[in-house]
Amino acid sequence: MPDQGAQPLQTADPAAPQPVLSVRDLTVSLPDGMERAHAVQGISFDLLPGQILCIIGESGSGKSVTAHAVMGLLPPSIKVTEGAIRMGGTDILAAGAETLRDLRGRKMAMIFQDPLSALNPLMTVGAQIAEVMMAHGVGTPGSRRARALELLDEVGLPDPPLMYRQYPFRLSGGQRQRVMIAMALALETSILIADEPTTALDVTTQAQILKLIRDIQARKGMSVMFITHDFGVVAEIADSVVVMEKGHIVEQGSADTVLRTPAHPYTKRLIAAVPHLTGTDRAHPAAAPAKAEPLLRVEGLVKTYRSGSKLLGTERVVKAVDGVSFDLWPGRTLGVVGESGSGKSSLGRLLVKLMDSDSGSILFEGSDIAALKEDRFRALRPKIQMIFQDPFASLNPRSTIGHILTVGPVAHGVPYAKARASAQDLLTMVGLDAGAFGRYPHEFSGGQRQRVGIARALMFQPKLLVADEAVSALDVSIQAQILELLDKIQRETGVGMIFITHDLRVASQICDEIAVMQRGKIVESGPPSQIFLNPHSAYTRELVAAIPGEQPGS
Amino acid sequence: MLVFLLNRLWQSVILLLIVSIIGFTILNLMPGGPLAQFALDPGMTQADMDRLAEQMGLNRPLPVQYFDWLMRMLQGDWGTSFRDGVPVLDVIGRHLFATLLLMGSSTVIAIAIGTWIGIRGATHRYSMFDYSATVGAMVALSIPTFWFGLVGIYVFSLRLGWVPAGNMYTIGDGSVLNYLHHLILPSIVLSLVNVAVWSRYMRSATLDVINQDFVKTARAKGLTERRVLMKHVVGNALLPMITLAGMQLPSILGGALVTETVFTWPGMGRLFLDSLGYSDYPVVMGILMFSAFLTVLGNLIADVVIAMVDPRIRLG
Repeated sequence: MPDQGAQPLQTADPAAPQPVLSVRDLTVSLPDGMERAHAVQGISFDLLPGQILCIIGESGSGKSVTAHAVMGLLPPSIKVTEGAIRMGGTDILAAGAETLRDLRGRKMAMIFQDPLSALNPLMTVGAQIAEVMMAHGVGTPGSRRARALELLDEVGLPDPPLMYRQYPFRLSGGQRQRVMIAMALALETSILIADEPTTALDVTTQAQILKLIRDIQARKGMSVMFITHDFGVVAEIADSVVVMEKGHIVEQGSADTVLRTPAHPYTKRLIAAVPHLTGTDRAHPAAAPAKAEPLLRVEGLVKTYRSGSKLLGTERVVKAVDGVSFDLWPGRTLGVVGESGSGKSSLGRLLVKLMDSDSGSILFEGSDIAALKEDRFRALRPKIQMIFQDPFASLNPRSTIGHILTVGPVAHGVPYAKARASAQDLLTMVGLDAGAFGRYPHEFSGGQRQRVGIARALMFQPKLLVADEAVSALDVSIQAQILELLDKIQRETGVGMIFITHDLRVASQICDEIAVMQRGKIVESGPPSQIFLNPHSAYTRELVAAIPGEQPGS
Repeated sequence: MLVFLLNRLWQSVILLLIVSIIGFTILNLMPGGPLAQFALDPGMTQADMDRLAEQMGLNRPLPVQYFDWLMRMLQGDWGTSFRDGVPVLDVIGRHLFATLLLMGSSTVIAIAIGTWIGIRGATHRYSMFDYSATVGAMVALSIPTFWFGLVGIYVFSLRLGWVPAGNMYTIGDGSVLNYLHHLILPSIVLSLVNVAVWSRYMRSATLDVINQDFVKTARAKGLTERRVLMKHVVGNALLPMITLAGMQLPSILGGALVTETVFTWPGMGRLFLDSLGYSDYPVVMGILMFSAFLTVLGNLIADVVIAMVDPRIRLG
């Protein structure tokens, strides 16, 4: 292997746009017994120099498998059965393990979705960046360190010498993703493969990372293959787009063409399903009775987390919820939006009393539940129900849907026959077959499971539903269906709802009122029209501006 | 760290106290008692027996005996063996070396081989090697150690005559080689079970790590498979093993009851068994407290070591 240390980076000749990467008739097989035989089937596309190519699709579309195939990182059980992947003069599929290893990190680099787990927890950030250069025999320990410091600076991390010595767990999600990008830049690779790199990040962080990728791409003339499920992100950065569905490419072309005049019905459906900011407030029938008393009145709610020791002066105090007050009326939805660490989830847990508050009051139908002891609150619990984020983790895999739905009411003294009847009614109401009653969670898709989760919450005929990121784990098309379902249920049952989300677009679709939280405080609240079109606080403006692919007020 | 250590300290003291109370009570509830030995002697009269009991302080109420024992122990006097009148600490000290030699070498063998088998089994999952290792571990775990010991003695000592059948050294020959010669068979037999346990844990710890994203990142950087494995996989997989290693400490010094008996190895395990047979309560209590102390210490060391290796963990 020639020493790459002193070699200048190769700049692509713009006159002859030879693709840096070309995929031809790629077919990747899945092991027997999976739901389909091929992860991807007969796909072809080109990545041109200096271009950002977005591969978009919903879960199970094969977009991630494609990215891994290019890197030569498919797990042994998944095999490429046909096609070619050419990078420069090399056919990646025919190349030996050593050739591939040499290409990785030097010619192509990859960043992953979850920056929490993508870095080795036991190595310092600096050592992990320097390791890329070491792997390819570039430089001396001293020069690698200097280069790593330079890279940390280049990706916009503060205080590189300090950052160099940090362990990954000390960094925020956005900072870790910057470290991943720094690793990708270490040897000036020509291709960057980004597998959903911003999906796990907050909107403002996402906007910063997208900008960083775009800037670096432009500065270095890199080619970027960007995997995403979010058309907002596509609109933000893509030069060209490949749309995938169930292992096939259904449409490809320039970003403009695909976004503005999608040809394939699937693309049209996907684009239509993307939640958009609506500046319009939710309409309710005029007959909606205006009750004199709110369903829920929260005043001055405080929750403080403490860690460390008071004695030794190492105590850390974090105010997760800091003097939050709001009213919620029956049949209305209050959206609580904020970034991670804003206290929105803590607030949700306080409201359903999974956690006790330090001070303040929660008046539910006029009586304060904040101070109630667990045994006194138990009688009220059926009236306040929760819908959880992860439809995979929140249903017991060893219980039938019927058991999941009826176990709660039966514990509260409802006869089984009655519980069973209402469970079957509810399953129909949430759009599932009543036959789902005897089946197990693994037989259902994510969206269907979330419907089960909603049915479970409704079994008690609650007055208040707290939905914590209830649609965040779902594909956009499924998201839209679940939001519709929640809307329908609310109109039919008059349940009040607290809808906690990090996604302002989703909040704008379903909420009557939105409270924006930052560091435990509500910085602004009002109807969607105010929040999105005429935000009063600087933070709200920042959040709205960070939404990918949206112009405020459009 | 300081707060952690202080907390741990008082928790350990309470734990050890509870262990000592339970141990002392149960021991003294056993039928027979230390005087039963003397009662067998036809020349003993009841008056002699009473005098003996008086001498040994056995006629006092149990709580008084316990507090007396506790107070002396805290001052470093662990009592005197009923059997041969030697201080308990000396008795333990005499057997400690033998046990340390046997358990130490077998543990080193077990950890080295077990770790290797575990990692290889995980990286070559469902291979011939992995299946054989799994079956081998099952066999080693389900067959009792004494059987392996007896078979080993029969084949390698009696039939082939390669190694001695028992004892730690030949009387009159104190050379290192002679010790080693005696050590081979018992340490291998003893490590069989530990290799099995250790390799199973290591395999599952490695499998937990091997599919994590940071391993994929390491490959994506273009690292060699060897470095990915040694630096990124094994480093992280060894973390949970530290706790397991900490739990080995009491058995390293506490001895192996069965193996030591089969090989007539003069270690702690045999001392414990013999002392029980003689109702030598001071020695039994001494060994009990010694093991309890080692258990506490082993766990503490494991926790501190983990905190030193894993930057995410801060003790407090």
